[in-house]
Amino acid sequence: MKYLDEYRDGRVARKIVDEIRHVQTKPWVIMEVCGGQTHSIVKNGIDYLLPEGVELVHGPGCPVCVTPLEMIDKAHAIARRPDVIFCSFGDMLRVPGSDGDLFTIKSEGGDIRVVYSPLDCLKIARANPDKQIVFFAIGFETTAPANAMLAWRAKQEGVANVSLLVSHVLVPPALDAILQSPQNRVQGFLGPGHVCAVMGYEEYEPISARFRVPIVVTGFEPLDILQGTLMTIRQLETERAEVENEYSRVLNREGNKAAQALISQVFEVGDRKWRGIGSIPRSGYHLREEFRAHDAERLFDVARIDTREPEICISGQILRGIKKPKDCPAFGTLCTPQRPLGATMVSAEGACAAYYAYGRHLNKEEVDVPVRSLGGAA
Amino acid sequence: MIDRTKSAESPRDSCVDSDVEHKEIISPFFGSCPLPIFEHKNIVLGHGSGGKLTAELISKVFLPAFANPILDKLDDQAVFEVNGARLAFTTDGFVVTPIFFPGGDIGRLAVNGTVNDLAMSGARPLYMSAAFILEEGLAAEDLRRVVASMGVAAREAGVQLVTGDTKVVNRGKGDQIFITTTGIGVIERPVNISASRARPGDKVIFSGYLGDHGMAIMSQRENLEFEGSIESDCAPLHELVAAMLEICEKSGFDGPIHCLRDPTRGGAATTLNEIAAQSGVGIHIREALLPVRESVRGACEILGLDPLYVANEGKLVAIVGAEAADTVLLRMHEHPLGRDAVIVGRVLRERPGMVTMETGVGGTRILDVMFGEQLPRIC
Repeated sequence: MKYLDEYRDGRVARKIVDEIRHVQTKPWVIMEVCGGQTHSIVKNGIDYLLPEGVELVHGPGCPVCVTPLEMIDKAHAIARRPDVIFCSFGDMLRVPGSDGDLFTIKSEGGDIRVVYSPLDCLKIARANPDKQIVFFAIGFETTAPANAMLAWRAKQEGVANVSLLVSHVLVPPALDAILQSPQNRVQGFLGPGHVCAVMGYEEYEPISARFRVPIVVTGFEPLDILQGTLMTIRQLETERAEVENEYSRVLNREGNKAAQALISQVFEVGDRKWRGIGSIPRSGYHLREEFRAHDAERLFDVARIDTREPEICISGQILRGIKKPKDCPAFGTLCTPQRPLGATMVSAEGACAAYYAYGRHLNKEEVDVPVRSLGGAA
Repeated sequence: MIDRTKSAESPRDSCVDSDVEHKEIISPFFGSCPLPIFEHKNIVLGHGSGGKLTAELISKVFLPAFANPILDKLDDQAVFEVNGARLAFTTDGFVVTPIFFPGGDIGRLAVNGTVNDLAMSGARPLYMSAAFILEEGLAAEDLRRVVASMGVAAREAGVQLVTGDTKVVNRGKGDQIFITTTGIGVIERPVNISASRARPGDKVIFSGYLGDHGMAIMSQRENLEFEGSIESDCAPLHELVAAMLEICEKSGFDGPIHCLRDPTRGGAATTLNEIAAQSGVGIHIREALLPVRESVRGACEILGLDPLYVANEGKLVAIVGAEAADTVLLRMHEHPLGRDAVIVGRVLRERPGMVTMETGVGGTRILDVMFGEQLPRIC
């Protein structure tokens, strides 16, 4: 397929891996920030292709995973109301709160709908004037413009029965938190391609300079990830610490100015709690005062909810790159997508769920060596 | 008497306790309960997905109630002997929305679904029943169209629809029309085809492009307009199977077709996992060899779905002895429904129960059974 096959070419992949082998002299720990990148790495077995000593650890960039449990419980409390049509992106449906997930609420009679675009909520609202349409606006900077557009148009067009339950998070403060941690192992980052398509990458330059850490903004296809890894290792080996752009076919330093303008019109930056990590100052978006009529947290009296995470879960350490899913004794046994114990198992983009989806709970030792020794498949 | 009641109840009690404690973290009874625990209070959509949740429903709710040697095989059809004749018997419910879609409709699907389940045992389909659950308000013209389409499909497949039933439910208690078909066929050749018969060294054949049906439905259901419409592959496979069996007989092979399955719900990956588990073998395939249409790949990319887990309604997965694989493949290519057939991998002794894939870039990944429904991803 055009524009995809070019970035999944096995021969080019081998060339890049050879080049990494050629350049690398020391062991390095590199974090891919995005859940989408983690997914691609595990799906394509990229970590098995890399030479020993190049370790990829998985970052906090899974918006579903880092949405705090109390916010999910709030969403569930709202979704249970008979006067509400609750709209969400698909992969939020399976995320368990303290009592069941949105699928369960749907099976009990809740009106839960999967939307592909937040703007679908406007249509649903007009078709159901006697109902409150609540959209679960989660995500990083990537989904912020489309979510902002829903609030903006609902206000502009006077669609009063639309509101947003906002739980938006921002990448740069999370990288800051990871690098400040005394346990930090990360020496370089594959930066978040889609986030930077919206925001540009200027705001990563101070982080790179302050912590002396290379950040290579990277795409999501296998060759993007290999190329981003090569660029990061080149910087590390030559003791450079810069922000570079591997994903130049999609983004530039400035990002999408129109999207940024819309975001700042609708949202303001404030503190946010991250599931598995804790509260990070100025790390999320909240609706501005002018949009309070569309703020679901204000409209629905959702009582303060107390939640408790299972103690065995190490997702906080996984999200910060300190540990990997297979370091967890519960991975694949007590903790599965069916009965997740923590943040990184709940969404397809979470590191634990990606490891599980691609079967890594099934084999004790790594899988590639025995398969290759068997020769060709067909 | 009293004692016996107690002892019968006590394991059940411990199940309930452990169930409750699971919500906290881990029960000390985890994995030790003597009775199967079904953890869901309510049925969720994922129980119908054909993935892990469906398997759990079958193993924990249905099998304990119905267990018998024929059912326990968990093949897509039951095979048994009556007065010396080997019969194949199967049933299937159809609840698709929308009821008309590019490449077919619920009626055609209901006939071919059952025909194919029979065909996968090597049977010649003979007779079918159909039960209709109609929702009050369904347009009579829509029903006529569906039924006419079933008639055409039945004639094409050479089966007769010989008995049926109709019920009507209140508006809102159904979704236009639900159809259940049951079919019976006769196995005339001395074949022994079962998901439990894959052997190390066997080749894995896919009969054509993957994911057409699922993506045709999905793009209609979600009003996604993709360039070049995607049509369902809904078709009866019994003739293709007959041709495959015939060429093996003619060429003097000794029953080399070990397993046949139509990868419907849960897609090809789920089917391969079932075969690997039931046969106690490993299966290894290569991504570069997988037949997927451009349009289906594109739609899957947009929605974050994997064509290996998307439903097919006119495709089969065959596990064939290596000696006969090329002969079978060539014969498949001569049939319109096998024109695009390819050998995608092989059966291994190593890693029983596991399906692995060499990815396009040369990495390796394990193809697991899908957990529940495939969900479009957020970004």
